[in-house]
Amino acid sequence: MTEPLIRIEGISKKFTGRDGTETTVFENLHFSVDPGEFVCLIGHSGCGKTTILNVLSGLDQTSSGYVFVGGREVNGPSLDRAVIFQSHALMPWLTVMGNIAFAVSSRWPEWDKDKVRAHCQQYIDLVNLTGSEKKRPAELSGGMKQRVGIARALSIQPKMLLMDEPFSALDALTRGVLQEEVLRICAETRQTVFMITHDVDEAILLADKIVLMTNGPYAKIAEIVVNTMPRSRTRHDLHKHPHYYRIRNHLIDFLVDRSKAFAGDAVNHDPRHPPLVTPGLDPAEAAASPAGKPLVAVK
Amino acid sequence: MSRLKSWGAPLLSLLILLGMIGVWHALTLPKTAAQTVDSEYAALVGAAAATGQKSAFPSPADFGRKIGEHLSDPFYDRGPNDKGIGIQLGYSIGRVLAGYLLAALVAVPLGFLIGMSPTVYRALDPFIQVLKPISPLAWMPLALFTLKDSAVSAIFVIFICSVWPMLINTAFGVASVRREWLNVARTLEVGSFRTAFRVILPAAAPTIMTGMRISISIAWLVIVAAEMLVGGTGIGYFVWNEWNNLSITNIMTAILAIGVVGMLLDLMMAKLTKLVTFPE
Repeated sequence: MTEPLIRIEGISKKFTGRDGTETTVFENLHFSVDPGEFVCLIGHSGCGKTTILNVLSGLDQTSSGYVFVGGREVNGPSLDRAVIFQSHALMPWLTVMGNIAFAVSSRWPEWDKDKVRAHCQQYIDLVNLTGSEKKRPAELSGGMKQRVGIARALSIQPKMLLMDEPFSALDALTRGVLQEEVLRICAETRQTVFMITHDVDEAILLADKIVLMTNGPYAKIAEIVVNTMPRSRTRHDLHKHPHYYRIRNHLIDFLVDRSKAFAGDAVNHDPRHPPLVTPGLDPAEAAASPAGKPLVAVK
Repeated sequence: MSRLKSWGAPLLSLLILLGMIGVWHALTLPKTAAQTVDSEYAALVGAAAATGQKSAFPSPADFGRKIGEHLSDPFYDRGPNDKGIGIQLGYSIGRVLAGYLLAALVAVPLGFLIGMSPTVYRALDPFIQVLKPISPLAWMPLALFTLKDSAVSAIFVIFICSVWPMLINTAFGVASVRREWLNVARTLEVGSFRTAFRVILPAAAPTIMTGMRISISIAWLVIVAAEMLVGGTGIGYFVWNEWNNLSITNIMTAILAIGVVGMLLDLMMAKLTKLVTFPE
């Protein structure tokens, strides 16, 4: 078995309010992400999703527990982990090229201008923004801005991508197109991705594993859903696959009912090893797959 | 319609100007009143003054002639009390720029520090709050005593009056740089110097420039008063000197010149502000 790229061990986050009362957003979380894997985290707002992502990126600290990336403990931001921000976070005084070049020259300060430029161009082309290099963010549509954000994150060739609801501010059509592109780019570059979302379809389309979180405070990981659909899935044929509705219904059931009432069925829940479930398989298939080692339909 | 829109405002401005000159002209017309004063007094002061025919206040035509005179030879120098208006304005602008640039050299880096560090902000805030509302002219005696040089004192007064808007705006601009841009820099492991110059400075530049624009306007307001006190050269001294000469026409010319230069300084800063402003 390969060493996971990210290993999260028993992290928790507590906030102290103005009146001195302590709120525990989440506690005792354990999970890991393997290299090349696309993992989505789903949960209601307030369960600390963004905090978890900020902890992974090094922008925020946990109250307890450890995060390891590539076997080393995270103690600050790193160029190995690129972040795609929900609000795209482009610098409005720089052009598209300037925004990406800022990242590239931070990664490789010794590169000369031409080399930086050529490297940036490659990623501008990758996200289909050729021709818009000299535009400023104010001249771009929301979708194009997020493409720049993706290009900037990929251009530093990170070990992993962290995405915080990257498409939630976009309209449905633009979102669909960008999701497919992320799918294509991740397949091409075999990028490890950890993404936060609250869109069930987005998670099913993109993720190999979907981590389900219960409601905060005291949020925990309820279970990890394995996406048993082949990786060659697209937005157009996704809903025709027999596993699709089973996974979707499972996720929605969870979000609507079980995320609230999770404490009830947590009798033999081990937070160190949240159960891996395969709702996509029908009962016969599921029985055939060895317990704890679900059939993952990745080719 | 669109023609009216583009020409309407300048046309109206012109009409208002003509109207004001008309009223002014009417009010300064020579009166044809009978001689009302003692004849010996009339012989002493001249017929025109005695009958009140000629006001000491110039008519628009006098004013126009005077402006023409000043403009035809703005840079003459005939001793300490008789210099062209151009030279006097030059002295004032020089002082303003010297004090202003010194203030910028102090205010922008210090404002950066205050904006970056809440501790420094809290430590310096009481001083700023007390020193900011002091009229710059109140510093003048202290400056004259300690610096022992009237020219340097005038520059100091300009420095002290232009430092506050720049300092406060720089601190505010730096403190309110969006967190997400700083987070981008942090995730890219950008060093603090590079972050300061490549992220914080461009992000805060519009706010800093606004402070600098306020400062130059205040500095130009203060220089006139400062030069009235300090004397010697400068447009403020010129106004005071012409008041002693009782030359209302020269005073009015100077007032107009002060207004025009102030407007040009502000326009220049507005252009510079536009250069560093970015659309969101």
